[in-house]
Amino acid sequence: MTNGVHWLFYLSFFKVLLLLAITAPVALGFGFLGAMAARSHILPLTWLGKGYIAIVRGVPDIAFFMFFVIALDQAFEWTRHKILCPEWTDPIRQGNDFIVCQAAKLPLGTAPEWVHETYGFFLAVITFSIVFGAFAANVLFGGMRAVPHAQLETAAAYGMTHRQTFWRILVPQMWVYALPGLSNLWMVLIKATPLLFLLGIEDIVYWARELGAFKNPKFTQYPHGDWRMWYFLALLVFYLGMTRVSEIGLERLMRRLSHGQATSGGELLRKETTA
Amino acid sequence: MSCIQTIQDYGLRSIGIGERAIPKADFTLCEQFTLIGSGMIWNIYFGIMALVTGFFLATALALGKASTNVWLRKPSEWFIFLFRGSPLFIQFFFAYFFFLSLKQSFPLLDALTSAWLGALIVLFFNTAAYSGEIFYGALRSIPKGDIEAADAYGMTGWSRFRRIIWPTMLRLAWPAYTNEAIFLFHATTLVFFSAFPVWQQRGDALYYAGYFADKTFNPFIPYPILAFYFILLTLVVIWAFGLVNKRLNRHLPAAKRSKMKLRLNLAR
Repeated sequence: MTNGVHWLFYLSFFKVLLLLAITAPVALGFGFLGAMAARSHILPLTWLGKGYIAIVRGVPDIAFFMFFVIALDQAFEWTRHKILCPEWTDPIRQGNDFIVCQAAKLPLGTAPEWVHETYGFFLAVITFSIVFGAFAANVLFGGMRAVPHAQLETAAAYGMTHRQTFWRILVPQMWVYALPGLSNLWMVLIKATPLLFLLGIEDIVYWARELGAFKNPKFTQYPHGDWRMWYFLALLVFYLGMTRVSEIGLERLMRRLSHGQATSGGELLRKETTA
Repeated sequence: MSCIQTIQDYGLRSIGIGERAIPKADFTLCEQFTLIGSGMIWNIYFGIMALVTGFFLATALALGKASTNVWLRKPSEWFIFLFRGSPLFIQFFFAYFFFLSLKQSFPLLDALTSAWLGALIVLFFNTAAYSGEIFYGALRSIPKGDIEAADAYGMTGWSRFRRIIWPTMLRLAWPAYTNEAIFLFHATTLVFFSAFPVWQQRGDALYYAGYFADKTFNPFIPYPILAFYFILLTLVVIWAFGLVNKRLNRHLPAAKRSKMKLRLNLAR
């Protein structure tokens, strides 16, 4: 339980937490931009925002994960190729191969192992953020539309510009409408983290498979039967714990946000404090 | 080789009918379309079977969770929490290794480790838990008046359930249940990417799409094809569930009918 490889296993739990910690705010940012674009008065921007929201529904998210990892990698390499090796004339796609010049390779062929791993992790984070950003855009767009229209009209009557209305009236009020959707999204994000394994990251699923397996030539000093079942049971419990903790935390957050809002939840809080 | 020929050779490839060897290089667009489409058979099989079987367990779970009896309520609550609170991906892994060790003690249970049965069981439990929660929510929002009216007519027990509670529950739950169904079809793509082995390269649609993307280093053709098939499947599911929705709402005046609002909830 304590040799170096097991430490890698424990470390991979932090990888999952790190992924959550980075992806959640970035995806929220993407979502905010997407929702803003979808609300925009400029038509192409509206299309862009709505298209972004629409495209990730209707198609399995795992397909997106697998698509974006390769597509992003190739997009980066292609861009670097164009900048770094302008004299290169061969086509990049040669039959079944994707060939860029040596200097444009990402990460560089000479880079140490950890750079490769970090780059892979970085790609995974971007992929998660793009996909979950679209989900968040959908939720935030709904939240913005749920804010009572009278509030916006009042703001206009006070002579606020569009921009002022958006930042001072709409944005502070939309969160309480968006929160149920966002908390659902957070749960989904937690449950999507094992998909890291499919993106080639050595995450908890990878190590659970490796360590639990028997007759593994690498770890002969720990001979045991097939324990993969127990490792995965441990992961199951880990995720159930995460879900439970999140549920309790989000409940508290909802209570705080409902404070002073013109919703039934806010009304309930008002009665509790005055009674 | 013409495209018709390709479809004849590979159309049913995923269930083992037709050519054994799949193309190794120089894929035509037709081959990609045919093989990915052939893989869809698995997705549809998993989806439909899990939905049909899961529906009954979901009803039982919803009733159990709403029951006043602790011995019925607690197990249902735990079952729903267990399957909704953990990632489907991990459930697949756990189930596969669990079945694997079960097989060692009872060789009769050999079939459990193959995808067609083992993964189906996991999907069945999973969808039952998700839809059970949906049905439970609907059960709690059945209008009080409906049940009082049933009591006033002297209906009790089974006939009250069969004629009043169950149809109303389904009617209220149906839009959310449609989302769940769409979602289940998306989740079927995980089967062959978790532990369940692909036997003789007979995989599902995503398996073939991944195969092409791997061989050609070009994700821009197979994945859009996959997306096309799934959007098509989603539309068919919406259409079929819309028919049922119409039937469930047929006794109501037009203004009170529950519209199929599609709010897709996301991943599991």
